[in-house]
Parts: sequence; structure tokens; C-alpha cells
Amino acid sequence: MNGQDFDFVADLLKKRAGIVLTADKTYLLESRLAPLARKEGLPSIDDLIEVVRTRREERLVAQLVDVMTASETYFFRDRTPFVHLREAVLPALAEVRRGGRIRIWCAACSTGQEAYSIAMMLDQNPSLTDGVPVEIVATDISDRSLEKARAGLYSQFEVQRGLPIQMLMNYFTQQDDHWRISERLRGNVAFRKQNLIEPFTQLGKFDVVLCRNVLVNFDHSTKADVLNRIAEQMAPGGYLMLGAPETVVGVSTAFEASLERRGLYRTPQKAVKAA
Amino acid sequence: MKRCLIVDDSRVVRKVARRIVEDLRFDADEAADGQQALDTCRKEMPDAVLLDWNMPVMNGLDFLRALRREPGGDRPVVVFCTTENDMSHIAEAIRSGANEYIMKPFDSEIVESKFSEVGLV
Repeated sequence: MNGQDFDFVADLLKKRAGIVLTADKTYLLESRLAPLARKEGLPSIDDLIEVVRTRREERLVAQLVDVMTASETYFFRDRTPFVHLREAVLPALAEVRRGGRIRIWCAACSTGQEAYSIAMMLDQNPSLTDGVPVEIVATDISDRSLEKARAGLYSQFEVQRGLPIQMLMNYFTQQDDHWRISERLRGNVAFRKQNLIEPFTQLGKFDVVLCRNVLVNFDHSTKADVLNRIAEQMAPGGYLMLGAPETVVGVSTAFEASLERRGLYRTPQKAVKAA
Repeated sequence: MKRCLIVDDSRVVRKVARRIVEDLRFDADEAADGQQALDTCRKEMPDAVLLDWNMPVMNGLDFLRALRREPGGDRPVVVFCTTENDMSHIAEAIRSGANEYIMKPFDSEIVESKFSEVGLV
């Protein structure tokens, strides 16, 4: 792939998805675009980019963005956020939201493992929220990822990363060489398409937001913008969790870092009114 | 250092598994069937057992049941590692005292994930 083609795709991804593609990701780009070129019946990636550039066909542009934003994940990834949820966040919210409901947003949910991990954890420990119902909304930019998430169908390899065998036994059934999560749990998660660089006020307000391993793809100002708009969608005293290597420090002042729990951030208890 | 007993009738699988558990900082022992494994456990109980199902002489399930009846045999963490990948086998293994279950083919990520699931790493 020549430099001009790379710059063209990088520019497209920045505009469409906020993603910053650096030159060291050339391999990633080529490995994702090659199957798309084949699918389109084009002899090479160069031809694919040429077609995208000249025809500007929306369907193809969308597919290119889709394959470049699809990302791999696994059940109970990094563990810590789920420990925070179990030990601190959900019990505290159960008190505050008594008589109401708790709303959780998995922003950039990829193929659904994070949302289902929460759903399984809640199902296994109903006392966690003391009867307060929980609504889980999971969003992603990638149609392909969402399709897989909604189907809840995972390979043998995927169900062995992070998922305890007891949960596989309780919540999955085997379908040929894949495993499908139960219909009941699928019904507990609402999957929606959402590009984080576009407005998301329509999703409503949340008590908990997990936005993990996606900000890392954005530049500083995009990160700040997304985090600030997430803060606006959160109830006072709401909880935010980011990916293990990510932080709000130096990016957004809309959150306070928890002193006791690493990687847990909160919006101020009382909404600060602008003067 | 914790000890992990690798039980599999395939020398190749044992070699692969040994490399993986050694990377996870275990001392590795090997046994080629359930009876050999039981003999090893009677001398000294390991911290972990990575256990194949289908083996000559004594299969993995019979070994597991015998192990759990031994004095101190409740202590080792037993992780099945087998091509038997249907729910009935998994349920039977867990009922018989297995702590975790790996469906072959496996790699280092899966072993690490499962070992951390049961508190070994």
C-alpha cells in the first residue's frame, strides 16, 4: 500500500469514526482490508481503495469503516471493572435507586462479551441490586460486531477466555462447534448502533458507563469531547470505567478518580450549574 | 514454586502443556495415564492437575474420582483438558470434582485464563 492510499484511508477513518490510524498500523489495515477486497471481487487492496476513492459508494465506505472498527474482546475482560461493579458500584446504586432502576451503558461493546458478563453476574447474584431492576444498553459502531452480539453466538475459543466453566454450563447451549448464550440473557441486553463521535443524547441518562479500549484509538480532542459528552449522559454520582491502560486524567475534568478503586471514576454528586 | 501435574497420553500434548505451565511459573510433572498420575499424587499432592479424559489404563474421570477419595486429594485444583467438548461430559466432570474445564484445542491464553479462574495464577 502506498503512502497516498494509507493517508486516504486514515483520513476517512478519522472523519467517520474518530479513529487515528498511525503508520505502524499498516499491517492491521492490510489484514482487515484484504478480505473485504476479496468479498467485493477486487484483485487487491489497491483496487479496493481506488474504487472507494473514485466511486464514493456509501455502502462500501460503511463496510470499510466497519472492518476497521471491529475489535476483539473477551468475557470478564481485565476482571477489575467487574469487581468494582460487584463490590462497590451495584450495592451503592441499589440503595440510591430503590423503587427505580439502574441503567448501565456499555459504550463500544464490540461483540457483546462485556454486556453479557454483567448480565450473567447480575443473574448469578440477584441480591447485588437488592431487587432493583437493571437495564443494560450496549452500543457499537460496527454492524458486524452488533450482529454477532445480538446473536450471542461464540466460538469454542471465545467461550474459554475469561468465562468460568460454571457460567458456560448455566447460560450457554452448544450449537455445532459454537456456543449460544441463553435467550433470557439476550433479552436482558439492548444492543444499539452508535458512533461515539456522533450525538448520543437519545440514549438517555446512565448510572454506570463502561467505555473501555476505544478512547485509545482517538486523538486528544476527540477523547475529551467523547468523555465530556458521556459525563452529560450520566446521573450525578454516576460511575465510569475505562480500559486498563486508559485514564481521564489530563483529558477531562468532568470526573473524579476514586481514591480506593483504581480505574473507577465518578461524576460529581451534585450537578454543577453553569454560572 | 507451585507444582502442576500434566496427565495426557500424548507426549506432544504434554510437551506443549509443560511449556505453558512453566511459563506460568509452575514446576511441571508428567503422567501418561490416570494410574501413573494417581501414583504420583500418592507420593506428593500437586497444587494443580491438567487432566486429559481419554487415556489407556485409567481414564481422566476415574483418576479424578479416585484422587478425590485419597487423603488430601481434595486439595489439588483439577482442570480437565480434553477433546470431549459436549455439555454432558463437562457436567459429569464438574460433578465428579473438577474445578475447571478446557476444551481442546487449547493455547497458553486459555490455560492462563482458566488457571486464573480457579486462583492458581
